Amino acid sequence: MRRELALALCAIAVAAAAAAAPPRVVVGSKAFTENTILAEIIAQTIESQTAATVERRPNLAGTHVCFEALRNGEIDIYPEYTGTGLRNILASQASGLSRGATYATVARAFAERYAMEWLAPFGFDNSYVLLMRSSVAERLSVRTISDLSQYPLHFGMSHEFLRRPDGMPGLRAAYPLNERETSGLSHDLAYQGLQQGSIDVTDGYSTDAKILTYELVALEDDRGFFPAYEAAPLMRRDLGERVPGVEAALRLLAGRIDADAMRRLNHAVEVERTTPAATATLFLQSLGIESAAGASGDGQRTGFLRLLYQRRWKTLDLARRHLLLTGGAVVLACLLGIPLGIAASRNPRLARAALGLAGVLQTVPSIALLAFMLPLFGIGVTPALVALFLYALLPVLRNTIVGIQSIEERLIDVGRGLGMRDSQILRQIELPLAAPVVMAGIRTATVISVGTATLAAFIGAGGLGDPIVTGLSTTDYALVLCGALPAAALAIALDYALGLVERWTTPKGIRS
Amino acid sequence: MIQLISASKTYPGGHRALVEVDLLVETGTTLALLGTSGCGKTTTLRLINRLIEPTSGEIRVDGRDVREVDPIELRRGIGYVVQEAGLFPHMTAAENAETVPKLLGWSAEQRRQRSAELFALVGLDFPVHGDRYPSQLSGGQRQRVGLARALAADPPIVLMDEPFGALDAITRRQLQAQFQELKARLGKTVVLVTHDVDEAFRLADRIAVLADGRVTQVGSVAELGEAPPDSPIGALLGDRRAS
Ligand SMILES: Nc1ncnc2c1ncn2[C@@H]1O[C@H](COP(=O)(O)OP(=O)(O)OP(=O)(O)O)[C@@H](O)[C@H]1O
Ligand SMILES: [Mg+2]
Repeated sequence: MRRELALALCAIAVAAAAAAAPPRVVVGSKAFTENTILAEIIAQTIESQTAATVERRPNLAGTHVCFEALRNGEIDIYPEYTGTGLRNILASQASGLSRGATYATVARAFAERYAMEWLAPFGFDNSYVLLMRSSVAERLSVRTISDLSQYPLHFGMSHEFLRRPDGMPGLRAAYPLNERETSGLSHDLAYQGLQQGSIDVTDGYSTDAKILTYELVALEDDRGFFPAYEAAPLMRRDLGERVPGVEAALRLLAGRIDADAMRRLNHAVEVERTTPAATATLFLQSLGIESAAGASGDGQRTGFLRLLYQRRWKTLDLARRHLLLTGGAVVLACLLGIPLGIAASRNPRLARAALGLAGVLQTVPSIALLAFMLPLFGIGVTPALVALFLYALLPVLRNTIVGIQSIEERLIDVGRGLGMRDSQILRQIELPLAAPVVMAGIRTATVISVGTATLAAFIGAGGLGDPIVTGLSTTDYALVLCGALPAAALAIALDYALGLVERWTTPKGIRS
Repeated sequence: MIQLISASKTYPGGHRALVEVDLLVETGTTLALLGTSGCGKTTTLRLINRLIEPTSGEIRVDGRDVREVDPIELRRGIGYVVQEAGLFPHMTAAENAETVPKLLGWSAEQRRQRSAELFALVGLDFPVHGDRYPSQLSGGQRQRVGLARALAADPPIVLMDEPFGALDAITRRQLQAQFQELKARLGKTVVLVTHDVDEAFRLADRIAVLADGRVTQVGSVAELGEAPPDSPIGALLGDRRAS
């Protein structure tokens, strides 16, 4: 009786503590600069305007990963684009929808189907725009796409834009263009071409920081041809119930970021090399929204060696997590691969089936395999572990089968003639003789896993891929190196260490 | 006692390795199997310890059909010296010799003691050769370890597939002498496969001549020694007499 009472008291205490603890909000983002900055802005706004504590899960690969994570409740909110919601998530073929209609469509569908809410848009579209050099546009007094018909111009467009129905073909139908010449080239070349005057018009994304760098101007889409890609926070409905202040807080941001402001923010991170957090803080201050947390330091990026030194403890921590992921996957692969390999070495049909399946898994691109895991396991460590395990399986399985099958038939026969049982033949003859080959498979599996595990950061599993993914999405190459170099070192060290183990497991009598 | 009663063996693929073979080896005696390469000598041995099953006919060991005996028990009671020794490359010479005692669950100490005895028996130096791996031994030394391994658990029956094949004449003589003494002392039932007519006459009580999977002649050493030159053994002996 007394025990039950004690238990009940404990339960009440735990419940009370849980109630008193501040609610937690998890903010996610896709792995590119603009989305990371918007996520920071959302995170800092919630931090300063509500009592909730915010956890950040930035750089979650792309739309698919973020949306699945939101659906599973592993994140509560992330910045999304209405056009993406319409075409990529709802898979709608609808075209010619206005901005407002697009927003209304996704808002209704997401609320009904997924219990998610599109909050008020930030105030800009990240869609296709036509770009010209500001000086040229001014001289010709071209402001809108309709204005282009007055002059015979050289269009230098990206190959994708030339092909897409919502690109050049549609554009020609919507506007009377006056194309003196039209050629296909890459975005980077197109910007240079504009600079040098060899082309007059190109396509681009409305919030690209390069518009600022190259002093370009985006022409107004006066006939509303390009589909709307309005940016807005997308959140789970239950977040609103759990943390009632969130919607009000984020309403402060509604319509406050226009395309020009977003371009500047992207420019700050990509060109001026400020961190997304510091960029967000400064921006919120300019809006009069004080950030509670703010960014540590001056937000300026540091050189590689400084950064490596500053991050040494963090790196150690990430390396430990990386090792755990890799080690866990390889151990799992051994637990399944070695017994399965033993069974398969006695059964050619099983061997063919197992090797076939593992081989097919191996050919699935790692990022795709990681993505397949999401609907099953959500984001975080579990899906990464499962994906890495599937990759590690083939080398372990194959080497176990080959190792056992390549043992001289005669030796097995002698063992049997001396009165060994099958299990004794396995333990005393087959396993010792196959050990070096199996070990070589484990070594291969480990090295592959160390490399692949860097991609696990895309689905929020952490590890040394974290700085790589973050660095790539914000073009901070020093940060990329802070992940890539330790990962490479880890792979080399493990390869060397396992080489020693391999030598050690080789029975003395057959060492060369 | 070992009996083959009308035993035939046809390998998958249709090769008739043995055709209606009848053989009898009395307890405590040695039968030599003589014959050219490929005539079915190894096949006969493998039928006895049931590494292969006869296509027809019957094999009896101590009166019992081998198919009714647990094969593991059967084999542990039959020493087996494999052609070309067949040592396990990842075990030392001593570990190879101790294979069967280990299967029988002897203690490490007992095993060590036994392998030292066996090394002495087959003329190897235990402290020198015991810890070497097969790759570090000569062909003749390997064969002796193979012999030691077969005798380790003192089995009442021993099957020997050309046990002295890779030895020089002097060592071979020595080992044959040791084997003769051992046989007399331990009263083992032995089937000895050999190409060497001299060896057959020296070590065996009875000799069976095999040709193309059939027993063409069988009898005691004394009987075959007197056999006419136009008989199968006579032909084999003829070569020897002439030389
Ligand atoms: N597993 C097998 N499958 C098919 N044929 C076999 C098999 N083993 C042996 N044979 C054939 O059976 C015949 C007898 O083989 P066996 O090994 O008994 O010969 P042997 O008398 O021991 O010869 P050797 O003196 O060369 O060792 C040979 O022609 C051989 O090719
Ligand atoms: Mg043979």
